[in-house]
Amino acid sequence: MGTTTESTLIDELRALLAANQLLTDPADIRPYGFDGTAGLKGTAAAVVFPNCTEEVAAIVKLAAKYDTAIVTRGTGTGLSGGCVPSEHSIVICTVEMNRILETDTQNLTMLVEPGVITKEIDEASAAHNLFYPPDPSSMKISTIGGNVANNSGGLRGLKYGVTRDYVMGLEVVTADGTVQWLGGKCVKDVAGYSLRDVFIGSEGTLGLITKILIKLIPRPKAKSTLLATFPSMQQAAETVSSIIAAQIIPCTLEFLDRKTIRCVEDFAKVGLPDCEALLFMETDGHPVVVAEEAEAMEAIARKCGATEVTRAKDDFHAIQLATARRSAFSALARIRPTTILEDATVPRSKLVEMVSFIEATAKKYDLQIATFGHMGDGNLHPTFLTDERDHKEMERVEEAMKAIFDFTIQLGGTITGEHGVGLAKRKFLPTQFDAGSYALLSKIKGSLDPHNRLNPGKIFDLDLRPVDHG
Amino acid sequence: MDYSVVQQCMHCGMCLPTCPTYVETKRERNSPRGRIAWMRAIADGEAEVDKPFADEIYDCLGCLACVTACPAGVDYAQLFEAARADVEEHDAAGPGQRVFWRWLAVKTIFMHPRLLRLVGRGLYAYQASGLQSLVRKSGLLRLLPKRLVDLEPQAPDICKRFSHQLIRPVESPTEMERRLQPMTRTPESEAGSQTHSTDTDSTAKARRSGTPTAKARRSGTHPTAEARRSGTHRTAEAGRSVYRVGLLTGCVQDLAFSDINRDTADVLLHNNCTVVTPAVQPCCGSLHAHNGELELAKKLARQQINLFKPETLDAIISNAGGCGSHLKTYGHLLAEDPAYAERGKEWDRKLKDIHEWLVEIDFTPPTASPGDVEPITYHESCHLCHGQKIRLQPRKILDAIPNLTRVELKESDWCCGSAGIYNITRPETSAKLLDRKLEHIEATGSTTIATSNPGCHLQIQNGLKKSGKKAIVRHPISLLADAYRKTPLHQESTSA
Repeated sequence: MGTTTESTLIDELRALLAANQLLTDPADIRPYGFDGTAGLKGTAAAVVFPNCTEEVAAIVKLAAKYDTAIVTRGTGTGLSGGCVPSEHSIVICTVEMNRILETDTQNLTMLVEPGVITKEIDEASAAHNLFYPPDPSSMKISTIGGNVANNSGGLRGLKYGVTRDYVMGLEVVTADGTVQWLGGKCVKDVAGYSLRDVFIGSEGTLGLITKILIKLIPRPKAKSTLLATFPSMQQAAETVSSIIAAQIIPCTLEFLDRKTIRCVEDFAKVGLPDCEALLFMETDGHPVVVAEEAEAMEAIARKCGATEVTRAKDDFHAIQLATARRSAFSALARIRPTTILEDATVPRSKLVEMVSFIEATAKKYDLQIATFGHMGDGNLHPTFLTDERDHKEMERVEEAMKAIFDFTIQLGGTITGEHGVGLAKRKFLPTQFDAGSYALLSKIKGSLDPHNRLNPGKIFDLDLRPVDHG
Repeated sequence: MDYSVVQQCMHCGMCLPTCPTYVETKRERNSPRGRIAWMRAIADGEAEVDKPFADEIYDCLGCLACVTACPAGVDYAQLFEAARADVEEHDAAGPGQRVFWRWLAVKTIFMHPRLLRLVGRGLYAYQASGLQSLVRKSGLLRLLPKRLVDLEPQAPDICKRFSHQLIRPVESPTEMERRLQPMTRTPESEAGSQTHSTDTDSTAKARRSGTPTAKARRSGTHPTAEARRSGTHRTAEAGRSVYRVGLLTGCVQDLAFSDINRDTADVLLHNNCTVVTPAVQPCCGSLHAHNGELELAKKLARQQINLFKPETLDAIISNAGGCGSHLKTYGHLLAEDPAYAERGKEWDRKLKDIHEWLVEIDFTPPTASPGDVEPITYHESCHLCHGQKIRLQPRKILDAIPNLTRVELKESDWCCGSAGIYNITRPETSAKLLDRKLEHIEATGSTTIATSNPGCHLQIQNGLKKSGKKAIVRHPISLLADAYRKTPLHQESTSA
C-alpha cells in the first residue's frame, strides 16, 4: 500500500470514528506492536477502537476498499504472536466493546461482546450461581474474543474442556465487511456445517468476532485442593498418568518443576515447598465425590513416590495457590532476560517419556529449560530461559525447540495445545500436518478471505495462486 | 536507563488491570508495559526523550501497583525515577510556569527545612488570622492564575505547632511514664530484666549488627515476646527502654500533621523505645527522586544519614508511606558513593515503617477503645503497600484496638490520586481517582478512614469535605495512641 492510499484510508477512518477511537502517532501505536510473546514485533499504520459491530463492519469495508490488512487484538496477552501487526496494517482493538449484553438463566447462556475480560464473565456467572470454566492463566486481563479466536485452554481443561466447549453462537464480521450470526441457544443443532466452529481458534484469519453466546454450567458445590511434592519429575508424571488410568478426572492436575517453583514462590510467597516437582491437584463437584476423589488422588500420589501431600487450608489458600500457578510463565522471567514459552502437548500416557526428553534436551544443548503445565491434559510448557542478545545461545534454542517439536509429533502430540500457532509456531506446522490436510487450511482461508486481508501471515502463509486461478 | 531492567519486562500484560491510568483510558500507552516499551525504544535508539515521552512519564502516578502485579519482578520504581531524571536532563518537559514551580518547590523550599517551616508558618498565619476567609470572600483570588486558584483550597491546614515544638530531641519511655501517665510500678518481670537498659551488651551488639530484633528474638531476650510466651507480661515492662529509634518527622507531616508525629512518638515510647527526633530534619528526597532530581535526592540522603547516624540506632521510623518507600532506597541511591554506600545499606536495613516496626517488636495491644470512631475502613497508601509491601501490619494494628469494627475497603490498594504532587500536576486524573475512592469509602458506611500517608490523608480529607461528608481521616497510629491514652495501665497488666 502506498503512502497516499494509507493517508486517505486514515482520513476516512478519522471521518468514521471519534478522535479517541483512532491512534496513528508512532508513540501511541508502538505498544500495539507486540503481545506476550518474546522477540516478535511489528508496526501498524493505525489502531482503531470500535464501539459496536457496525463500526467494525465499516472499518473492515474501508480496509477492503484500500486493500489493507486487518489485525484484530484484545488486550494483547497472546503467546504466539497472533496479534502482532503486519506492516501497514490496521489493528482493530476490541477493548471498548466490553459489555455483557444478556444473562439467560433459563437457558444458562450469556451474550457478551468480545472485549469483556474473561474473569469478569466467570464473576458475572457466579452472581447467578453459574460457572464459566475456561480459565487461561491470563484470565484477569485476557479478553473473551481473544480466547475464542485462539480456542484458549486453562487450568481446568482436564475436566471441563476448553473455550470451544462453551461457545454456542458467534456474530462475526467476514472479510467483505458483512455481519453473520452463527449458532444459537439450542443445545442440539445440526443444521448445515457447524460454521461457528470454523471461526473458533481461527486466530483472526477468517473473520472478526463481534458477539459471543456463551454456555454456562451450574457452579460446583465443593472443591478440594491438594499439593503433592516429588523427588523427580518422572514420578509426578507417573502420578498424573495413574490418576487418569484410575478413571478419575479431576478439574486440575498442574505441574511445576524446581526452577518454576522457585520463581513462583519468589513472586507469590505462598509457601511452596522446596522439591524437584510439584503437583497442584483440584477436584470439584458434589461434596461426597470430591472427598472420595481427593482421597484416591492422595493415595495414588503416595504410591507413585510423593514425599508429601497436603491440602489447601481453606478457599482463600486454594485461590492463592491457583493464582500463584497462573503466574508461572511470567515469574520465570526472573531468571534470564528472555523467556520463550512452548506449548508441546502429548497423549497423557506419553508424559513420562516427554518429560524425560525435555530434561535430556536441556542437557544436550546446554540450555536452561523450566517446565510447568497442565499435566492432566498432557499439555506441557517447556520454557527456555535465555537471552535474545546471545546469538550463539539462540541458535541452540532453535535447535532444541525443533528437537522437542519433532519428538512431540513422534509421540502423536501437537506443537501447540492452547497458545495457537500465530507467528511463533508457523514454521513447525507443516511437520504436524500432511500435505493434504495442510492444503485444506489454505482452501478454507482462500474461500473466506480470498484477498488475504485478515491477519495475513498468521498460522501459515496463504498461497494465493490456486484461489486466483480457481 | 538500565537496559537489563527494561528487558526484564516480557510484556505479558499482567500489570494492565492494576494500573489506574490504563484502566481509565484503556490505551496501552498509558500502561506500565506501554511505558516500558517506550523506554526500551529510547534505549534501542528508536525513540527520543521528547515532550510526549515526558508527558507520559509524568502521567504515570508512580503508584507502583504494577510492581505488586508483576510476576517477572520488573523494578518499575527504578525505571520510573530514571525516566523522569532523563526527562529533566534532556529538558524535555517543556518550558512555562512549570520551571518556576519546580524551582520553587523541588529545588528551593523542599531543600531547606527551615525555609519550608517558614512557608508553613506563613500559611498558618494566613489561615488562622482569618485572612484566608477574607481573601476567599473578597474575590481577590480571581486575580491569581487559574491553576493557583484551583490549588488554594487544597493547601493543607497548617498546624499551630510543628513537630520540634511537640517532641523533644530525645525522649525515653521512663520520662513518658512520668509525664503522661503517672502509675505505680510493679516489680520487674524476669524476662524483661535482662534488657531493660538501652546499653546492655545484647542490644548494643545487636545495634552494631543491624538486625536488633532478629538477634534479640533468637537470643531469647526479646522482652515482650518472651514475656508473652512465659505468660509473665506485666506493666513492669512499661517504662523500660529496650530500643533506641530515630523518628522521621517528614515535611508535609511536620507542617500539617505534627500531631501524628507526636502520636508516633507516644506509641513508640509506650512500646519500650527511646525516641530520638532531631529538631530540624531535611526532606527525605522522595519528592526530588520522583521528579527527576536524583542528584538533589542523593544530597538529601547524605544529610539525613549524617543527622541520624544509623549506627547509633536500632531502627529509624517513618510514619509516612511515601517517604518510607523512598527512604528504604538510600542504599541503591548512594551505591556509587564510596563514603556512603555502606552507611546507605545500613540505613535501609534499619529504616522501618512504624506499623512494620510495631508488629516486629510485638507491640502491646491497648485495652481501651479510642472513642467514637467506628465503623472504620483502611485505605492503603500506594507506597506503603506496593512500595514497601506493608499490607497486613496496619490492619493488624487496627484490629488490635478494642471495639473497633473494621470494614474492608474495595480496591483499598488503588491510588487515591494524591500521588505526591500529581493532584497539582494532573488535577483531572487525580479528581477521577478521588471520586472512585470516595465511592468505595461511601459503600463501607465508615465514619473514619484510616490511612498512613500525608498525601492520601489530605487528598481524601479534601474529597470528603468537598462532597459534604462527615467522615474523618486518621492515621492508624493516632488511633492506637488514643487507645493507649485511654488504657488505664493497671488494666493492661491484668488483661495480658
